[in-house]
Amino acid sequence: MPPVSVDGSLEKLRREGHIVIVGASLAGLRAAETLRDEGFTGTLTLVGDEPHDPYDRPPLSKQVLLGRVPADHTGLPRRRALDARWRLGVAATGLDLAAKRVHLADGDSLEYDRLLITTGVRARPWPHELEADLDGVFVLRTSDDAAQLHRRLNAGPSRVLVIGAGFTGSEIASACRERGLDVTVVERGSAPLVGALGGVVGEVAAKLQREHGVDLRCGVMVTGLEGDSAGRLRCAHLSDGSTVEVEVAVVGLGATRNTEWLASSGLGAGPRGIACDAGCRAFDVRGIVTDDVFVAGDVARSPHPLFGYQFLSLEHWGNAIAQAEVAAHNMVSSSTERRPHVWTPSFWSAQFGVNIKSVGVPPMADEIIVTQGSLDERCFTAAYGYQGRIIAAVTFDQAKWLEFYQRQIEQAAPFPPEFTTVDRRPEGMRPVPADFPDPSLPSHGPTVTLSGHSPSDRRISFTPLHA
Amino acid sequence: MRLVVDLNRCQGYAQCAFLAPEAFTMHGDEALMYDPQPDDAQREHVLRAAQACPVKAITVEGTDGALIAERAGASRVG
Amino acid sequence: MTSVALLRQITDYANRADPYPLYAELRKTPVVRDEDGPYLVSTYWEIHSLLHDPRVSSDTRNLSPEAARTISQEEDPNLPPPFIKLDPPEHDRLRRLAMRPFGPPHTPRRVYEMRGELGEIVSGLIDGFRDRGQVDLVDDFSYPFPVTVICRLLGIPREDEARFHGWADTIAASIDPAHGTADEREAQLQVFRQARTDLASYLAGLIEERRRSPRDDMLSAMAAGYGPDGQMSPVEMVSTSILLLIAGHETTVNLITNGMLTLLRNPDVLQRLRDDPDLVVPLVEELLRYEPPVQLLPQKTTLADIDIAGTTIPKGAPLWLVLASGNRDPQRFLDPDRFIPDRPDNQHLGFSSGVHNCFGSPLARLEAQLALTELVRRLDNPRLVEDPPPYRHNAVLRGPQHLGIAFDGLRQ
Ligand SMILES: Cc1cc2nc3c(=O)[nH]c(=O)nc-3n(C[C@H](O)[C@H](O)[C@H](O)COP(=O)(O)OP(=O)(O)OC[C@H]3O[C@@H](n4cnc5c(N)ncnc54)[C@H](O)[C@@H]3O)c2cc1C
Ligand code: HEM
Ligand code: SF4
Repeated sequence: MPPVSVDGSLEKLRREGHIVIVGASLAGLRAAETLRDEGFTGTLTLVGDEPHDPYDRPPLSKQVLLGRVPADHTGLPRRRALDARWRLGVAATGLDLAAKRVHLADGDSLEYDRLLITTGVRARPWPHELEADLDGVFVLRTSDDAAQLHRRLNAGPSRVLVIGAGFTGSEIASACRERGLDVTVVERGSAPLVGALGGVVGEVAAKLQREHGVDLRCGVMVTGLEGDSAGRLRCAHLSDGSTVEVEVAVVGLGATRNTEWLASSGLGAGPRGIACDAGCRAFDVRGIVTDDVFVAGDVARSPHPLFGYQFLSLEHWGNAIAQAEVAAHNMVSSSTERRPHVWTPSFWSAQFGVNIKSVGVPPMADEIIVTQGSLDERCFTAAYGYQGRIIAAVTFDQAKWLEFYQRQIEQAAPFPPEFTTVDRRPEGMRPVPADFPDPSLPSHGPTVTLSGHSPSDRRISFTPLHA
Repeated sequence: MRLVVDLNRCQGYAQCAFLAPEAFTMHGDEALMYDPQPDDAQREHVLRAAQACPVKAITVEGTDGALIAERAGASRVG
Repeated sequence: MTSVALLRQITDYANRADPYPLYAELRKTPVVRDEDGPYLVSTYWEIHSLLHDPRVSSDTRNLSPEAARTISQEEDPNLPPPFIKLDPPEHDRLRRLAMRPFGPPHTPRRVYEMRGELGEIVSGLIDGFRDRGQVDLVDDFSYPFPVTVICRLLGIPREDEARFHGWADTIAASIDPAHGTADEREAQLQVFRQARTDLASYLAGLIEERRRSPRDDMLSAMAAGYGPDGQMSPVEMVSTSILLLIAGHETTVNLITNGMLTLLRNPDVLQRLRDDPDLVVPLVEELLRYEPPVQLLPQKTTLADIDIAGTTIPKGAPLWLVLASGNRDPQRFLDPDRFIPDRPDNQHLGFSSGVHNCFGSPLARLEAQLALTELVRRLDNPRLVEDPPPYRHNAVLRGPQHLGIAFDGLRQ
């Protein structure tokens, strides 16, 4: 294979190549802008199966359901003019790696020199199809979903059922309560948010919900949804034998990766997403990294040096942007100029008037310690530990401290922290089990730390285990 | 006009909610709820808010599609 | 040059007009200890990270006993410390209570709606320049403006404002790191304590009055009290009011004065602002970077040993964060010694950062924006009478004592 970087071919690509981006949402848009910022002047095509211009999803479960912002008002601002070809309302249906072609649902196909896949995820529907089709059963992923759900909430349903108390489900419950609607939340785990933040913090979330009048039922599953003769949702049956009468049910059971269109392409794409290297290059099914296919955003799984090179799938807004920027940069750079995607996972959620933020990967943790504030006051900072180092932190209304903990994580600082802090309470004196439902413990790894303040300045230091 | 706030960067300093209360409101002490598409009449206030944000978390797009408020960059120089 | 020399030079009045070359020298060692005195932090990222570090305390009671002895303790034994000198959770509780009648989430529009009133105060003061070819910007404008604003906000009667000038002046001067002989320091402290006691008893009386017959002002709202945090005690209210008065006052004077000084030194920028008043928004941010009214934070200490930039700051050490130096750090800002009114990516430290970030910054911004646009619009051919102007002694709240400006006339 001829070297791509040193001869003129990279220059040619940058000048007059064709780049196709499949998935025209947050990651796709930010990648496109970065490509232009990086000086790519060739043809740029964005393919998206939704008919809308790229829009922002986080407001859909917050401002939009509260009725403060119309569902079609969350269009993403452009950072710059793009000069791109938009193929909106058309799905990509197949990929031919050898011919470097993307096939589209309208029969057309697009040739590419570089391909970026940002097809994200979609809401997992209610598993029983007939029940899912009942009038009043919703999911929430797209602005169309949000518009429909909002319309239905406006009609003042007698009770709303939220199935699954993850972040989205909890935010929906919060919005409903704020609108004065009766809400039942059914969660299979022991508490809301337990999968993302563990049982200790989950307990705080549970109290928060109950204080705000949510009928929260944990350790219970919805076993069936029942409609009336007109096909309208009437009630839900729960695994504890009880029945709840509801007019609206929102299914918040997580997401499915949009990878079906790649099924026979030879790319390493499956239900868990598309695996890629730290430089965002996709792996093929043989585990060999491709040169011209890149991945970013919710659909990607990429190894993170800070977390034992585990492949992380992050359904995080910030990850979509950071990874898109790295992927775009690497698509038009020579191998030595490429950058790794070493973004430290960060997330926020707003519910019941509380600002919840996290950094790092809480579910990897075995222990947690409340370093500042108090769980009872719902105003605290907690650090998560794994094998003697701090790997995550969460704040409830204490966001101003979070960047300190992010640096601790990036420097692989010891856990429990060896120092005292302001606002340390008795409950913060020793760590307790973080209490995650299904600890899938990764193996021991070498110590890796990050340094530098900006993406272009980030350095990875590697300390072999027995150095 | 369209805008977006990087709520990972946002630390709830509420400067935006002081300066452009039509577009930015605090929900509780720290959570920010904003209007991603405020009325053009709010333009002056929104731009003041974007400039005042201590962590430069607010990205505003002009009517012509060009970026008017600087996006954040904690970049080192030199 | 040794660190000792540097520290002395920072407080040395001779360097007040231009401390920036000293800061540049200081940045060669991002964290440096002055003999047996404070640790000085002078680079942007180090200051920034310490402002978000939960091991850093603003409560001087956490100083080690040795360090505490070398620091002049200026607390009023009859009043609780103001929240600027407290750590969470007490700090957070009092700040939330003070925020309730001032800003979001409970009173989001108070500052926003003061715009018209602020404009009138500014116009009135500038109208007073009529028939004069020269003014002292400090005495004739910068000083009276924020005093009036803060008094209206709190609800202090206009006829009492004159007394405030005296009290506020004395108290602000005390923030200056101690200088002179022990006897002189003691005398200075004596004056300060008296001013603080007088101010406190005045405020206590006023708060009591407002409790009995509330008006639409912050003191009344604080005295009424409500919400999950309960209410401030009467002494907490006095302490908080003094804080608002002092913090919102000397600082803004200096921002406006430094602003005009900088504009008059950069006539091209002055002209740009006159042509395009919207420029004032980024311009004030640049001013807060370039000539920050609060040059350094000398009140912090550490709850644990902190390793930073190759130095270990031991537990209980006094810590000085030199904000004005961080603002000129070439590792963070391109061309840091140039005043660029529309500088992009300007995350300055002028209002500090973290939980103690300036409480009044939205008001301060508005005041400075209105003041500078109006001064520039209305003064015909303004010129500095002397450059550099005489400075106040204070090295922390640094600014000119007087700023003579000559002009040809007033526009309408
Ligand atoms: C209701 C809601 C609330 C959220 N709140 C938060 C929050 O508070 N904080 C946070 O950090 N994150 C939040 N998120 C997550 C965040 O929105 C996502 O991480 C982000 O949208 C990911 O962007 P993406 O571009 O990778 O994927 P997506 O936004 O999912 O975009 C993928 C796009 O590709 C399209 N597509 C899929 N298949 C094809 C195909 N074959 N051909 C063409 N196009 C295709 C999809 O229709 C979609 O438009 C929230 C998400 C939702 C839904
Ligand atoms: C140009 C004007 C101003 C500047 C440069 C300024 C600067 C600062 C700085 C740097 C701090 C941090 C102090 C620390 O961390 O110890 C601060 C805190 C504070 N400021 Fe300002 N300030 C200004 C105007 C105001 C105004 C107008 C008010 C009141 C209305 C005000 C009220 C406060 C208060 C109460 C604090 C303490 C906050 C806390 O500890 O939580 N300031 N200010
Ligand atoms: S000013 Fe910036 S940090 Fe503060 S609330 Fe608004 S967006 Fe967040």
